[in-house]
Amino acid sequence: MDVFALAQNNLLSPMVLFFALGLAAALGRSDLTIPEAIAKTLALYLMMSIGFKGGAEVAKTGFTVAMAEVMLAGIALSFLIPVIGFFTLRTVSKLSAVDAAAVAAHYGSISIVTFVAATEVVSIAGFPAEGFMVAVAAIMETPAILSALLLARRAGAGSTAPGEGEKLGTLLREVGLNGSVVMLVGSFLIGWATGPKGLQMIAPFIVDPFRGILCLFLLDMGLVAGRGMREAGKHLSPPVLIFGLVMPLVSAGLAALAIWPLGLSAGGAALFITLAASASYIAVPAAMRLALPEAKPAIYLTLSLGVTFPFNLSLGIPLYLLLGQRVAG
Amino acid sequence: MVQTYPKKRIEIILEAPALHRLTARLDEAGVKGYTIIPALAGHGQDGNWSREGLPGDAGRMVMVISVVDPSLADAVLEGVYKVLARQIGIVTITDVQVIRPDHF
Repeated sequence: MDVFALAQNNLLSPMVLFFALGLAAALGRSDLTIPEAIAKTLALYLMMSIGFKGGAEVAKTGFTVAMAEVMLAGIALSFLIPVIGFFTLRTVSKLSAVDAAAVAAHYGSISIVTFVAATEVVSIAGFPAEGFMVAVAAIMETPAILSALLLARRAGAGSTAPGEGEKLGTLLREVGLNGSVVMLVGSFLIGWATGPKGLQMIAPFIVDPFRGILCLFLLDMGLVAGRGMREAGKHLSPPVLIFGLVMPLVSAGLAALAIWPLGLSAGGAALFITLAASASYIAVPAAMRLALPEAKPAIYLTLSLGVTFPFNLSLGIPLYLLLGQRVAG
Repeated sequence: MVQTYPKKRIEIILEAPALHRLTARLDEAGVKGYTIIPALAGHGQDGNWSREGLPGDAGRMVMVISVVDPSLADAVLEGVYKVLARQIGIVTITDVQVIRPDHF
């Protein structure tokens, strides 16, 4: 399948069309909203479903060398991408060191919603992925924060004002134990422990309604991204805006190179590339408010939510699937 | 006429990610009680803000209200300042009257 056919299939899928509906509603200033508690429940459901299915898949194979290798590659990329992002931003934009470090942290970490959407796209396209990619997603969440903090400190940014100094251990624990990661990893472990039999028991709840619930969730994410887009012009200079579109492609290229020798399936490689190309907008922004409070949330949240997330969901994922097919073992 | 007693009401509006740090400081200072209220929207130095459409805690604000004995106020404010110094937020202190002084 060529890139245009993949993009067309993706853009015309109900998931992306519901996302587009949310986006259009927000840009048109409609009063359409999903209540906060329901949006949170939908997110938890998706984490539970994707985690459990991944765990049940891993139960068939057990812990493998390939799993360890891909996890290590994920950790290395999560450390490396913020370094590239930081120096790129410092070169092409006028962002301060602390703002550049905070933005870079988002790009080294991952967006679990983008991952969930990509899982569905690769599945619909007929490329089954390794179940352990869920664990890879969880493990890629935090190293970027560490990397960005080191960059900020090296540049002499942050922590000069009086006040509560960031306690790194506490911070990493808070990020590592944020609700979505606990749900994802917990469900993965339960899925692993109970295997295909466990999956069969709760399939009517976590498998059958998955796509419909993903549509509703992406409608909400479209609303969120649309509101972010409305703010983009106010807070983002053109070089930063371009960074939000180009950095995912750079990260995707690096991920493709990293995964090439590891012999992943096309679906697994596409998911790994998607993880590297995605930018966090839940766990890392909250961590940055504590670790680098001088960084402006309007910049990193708007860039991640209003620029990179819609790009990845519409055009990025089909590209990553194509790239995944090229580097698959 | 019901007898009233003077106390200090401390009101803190703070960004949500730092809430646990703040409540830990209040607990350390020996505050007997506080109430946390989610803030819907507002306007500050950086313009308008709203909790609508935010997928996580970053960008959300909360209000913490505590009524303390005047003898405790300085220690509480010292702890609050340690958290608030680098975060987005404001703190105000007002004189209030209560009818059950042992609660504070």
